[in-house]
Amino acid sequence: MTDFLEEFLKPVLIAVIIASALVSFVAGSAVFFIWLERKVAGRIQDRLGPTRVGGKFGWLQTLADGIKLLVKEDVIPAAADKLLFRLGPYIAFCGSFAAFLALPFAKGVVAQNLNIAIFFMLAVMSTEVFGIILAGYGSGSKWSLFGGMREAAQLVSYEVPMAICVVIPVLVAGTLNLTEIAIQQSGPFWNWRLFHDPFTFGAFWTYFTCATASCKRAPFDLAEAESELVAGFHTEYSGLRWSFFFMAEYASMFAVSGIAVLLFLGGWNPGFLWFDLGDLGGNNNLLSFNVLNTNINVLNIIGQVISVVIFIAKGWLLVFVMVWVRWTLPRLRIDQVMMTCLKYLLPLSCMLLAGAAIWQVAMPALVQNWLRVPVGLLCVGAVIIVAFKMWTTRQQLPASGVSFDWKPSR
Amino acid sequence: MQEIGLNHFLILGAVLFVCGVVCMATKRNAIGVLMGVELVLNGANVNFVAFAAYSADSAFSIESKVFALFVIVLAAAEAAIALAIVLNFYNNHMTVDVDTAEELKG
Amino acid sequence: MTVFPFLFWVIALLTAGCAVAVVVSQNVVRMAAWLLFALGGAAGVFFLLGADFVGATQLLVYVGGTLVLVVFGVMLTAQGPFISMKTSAAEWGISAVVGLLLFGVLAASLITATWQSSDVTKRLRSDMAESRDTVNVGKGFAGLEVGPAHNATNDTTAGSQNRVHTSYLLPFEIISVHLLVVLVGAAYLARAKRRRRGTEPLAMRS
Repeated sequence: MTDFLEEFLKPVLIAVIIASALVSFVAGSAVFFIWLERKVAGRIQDRLGPTRVGGKFGWLQTLADGIKLLVKEDVIPAAADKLLFRLGPYIAFCGSFAAFLALPFAKGVVAQNLNIAIFFMLAVMSTEVFGIILAGYGSGSKWSLFGGMREAAQLVSYEVPMAICVVIPVLVAGTLNLTEIAIQQSGPFWNWRLFHDPFTFGAFWTYFTCATASCKRAPFDLAEAESELVAGFHTEYSGLRWSFFFMAEYASMFAVSGIAVLLFLGGWNPGFLWFDLGDLGGNNNLLSFNVLNTNINVLNIIGQVISVVIFIAKGWLLVFVMVWVRWTLPRLRIDQVMMTCLKYLLPLSCMLLAGAAIWQVAMPALVQNWLRVPVGLLCVGAVIIVAFKMWTTRQQLPASGVSFDWKPSR
Repeated sequence: MQEIGLNHFLILGAVLFVCGVVCMATKRNAIGVLMGVELVLNGANVNFVAFAAYSADSAFSIESKVFALFVIVLAAAEAAIALAIVLNFYNNHMTVDVDTAEELKG
Repeated sequence: MTVFPFLFWVIALLTAGCAVAVVVSQNVVRMAAWLLFALGGAAGVFFLLGADFVGATQLLVYVGGTLVLVVFGVMLTAQGPFISMKTSAAEWGISAVVGLLLFGVLAASLITATWQSSDVTKRLRSDMAESRDTVNVGKGFAGLEVGPAHNATNDTTAGSQNRVHTSYLLPFEIISVHLLVVLVGAAYLARAKRRRRGTEPLAMRS
């Protein structure tokens, strides 16, 4: 009996605990993102956003939204294929959440340290397409079918330049293991792959564009475009089923932002420390003590916690950029979406890949090792100067009257 | 129940293979036949990877996995061509029923 | 390693069940859904056996590529009468008998054959700990010689020591060219054409 407990129950219990922790984190992030989206939307549109539920800033607005969605009536159209209609949201949800299995939050904090981490994440996120196809077909309405087919074509097309842009930092790092890639970027911020050569710099922006498209976010959000196809593949979904689709969307937004952070922005490294936070208190036994036969090294745990916080902050920053872009740019038509992918992003990412490969081989060692220092200093300096200017520029309020008369000209 | 041996995985591969063959034989929809082909190839892949995992020679296990990778890629290529042919057939005859494809008969 | 049998039975029953559902189902779109789960189950089998790279490739290429292609084909041709085309009962009977016979032959030959297999659990435990699968496959595709040994020349006289290992760079390049040819061919075959006048639908012929 103890054999059974030891061999079977322990791994299963550990797996369940880790999975619950991941799912809770992603769900909590989604709650935060929904609030963030409404606030950012409000501010960009010169209004305040939610201010009533939960204090002056509307912190509990998402909770109120969630309760509303839970108590809505579960409507299934008569012409719907009931099994496929029900199955769609869960496939999309599983495709997004399973990607978090291989996403490292800090040096040892990963659900499964796969050697093919980034490949696994891309592969699992590509199965999300089926949720959309089944939802579009299963709704039994031709608008949903059109919306679903367009979305599926968009997602599948954008996977190609996204994967090519992911290969570029993998090429430079020499490994598919996300933990290794992030460890290589420890130290000062000019070690980040973003500044390594001009081709990885271009790859970051191309990757971010493709990632925005693959999350079906504006300006590539035909599925949510009310003016086009009512609501695309999720027209007939209401209540809890609809919220599964949106949890899947916010989860994949954080997953692709997490990939961008790990591949290009240094992962969990803060960028101004000269040592690796995961090695904090390495063999130092000053603050470690033994509890129940396991060695707890307090400094190490503090280092890991700080790493996790930094990683999550960077991920949330990139998601904020996605939200910001959504409420700033107008939406693209479906033919413009496909043209952007096939005629612009795909050749661009192929050229970046060729350039990065040639850079690795042909550039002299001096340039390879030290170019990133001035480039990094320039970029970060520019960001700091722009932020400072934005902070200190006084807002110009509109003038209180117009100074010319409104008579129509002859 | 206690020890999962090589035979278990090979039987699973055989089940997938036989399901694919029966699917190819009975479906009237041309795309249903294509799905049978996919099942057959997957049964073969499960066999390859099972041999890769259970073989004592490490070089052989790499070769078997590489073979499975090639099978996956070639199956994708073949599915693309088969679908193009089915679409052509549909455009010309307005049906995907394989029972009506008898123009070259006799 | 008693989680391994439990996982095996769950994944194997799921995969086999969905494969049988593909055969039994009458609605072609539902067949596509069951095929999705069968292919996902096969990917699960690959991950269970420690072949991470093959499993991820299965998900990316087969499920995310080939199956999407098949489903697009289904949607393009899924007019009313073609979604559920029924096979006659006699055909079902004959196919079931043939299928069971084929399965019996395969199973009997598999079980009675003697395979030179090693104990997988010990190897899986150590292999998955370091996950060498990707590294070895990558080395093979890059041209490093990691495959089984064979004679370099055709000289098999006793005493010839010319044994080299296989590398997989050439087949990899051949497949790349093959895929390019297939892409061009499929795009040409499936191009939009004007319907020739005088071609009536086959279904309307007596």
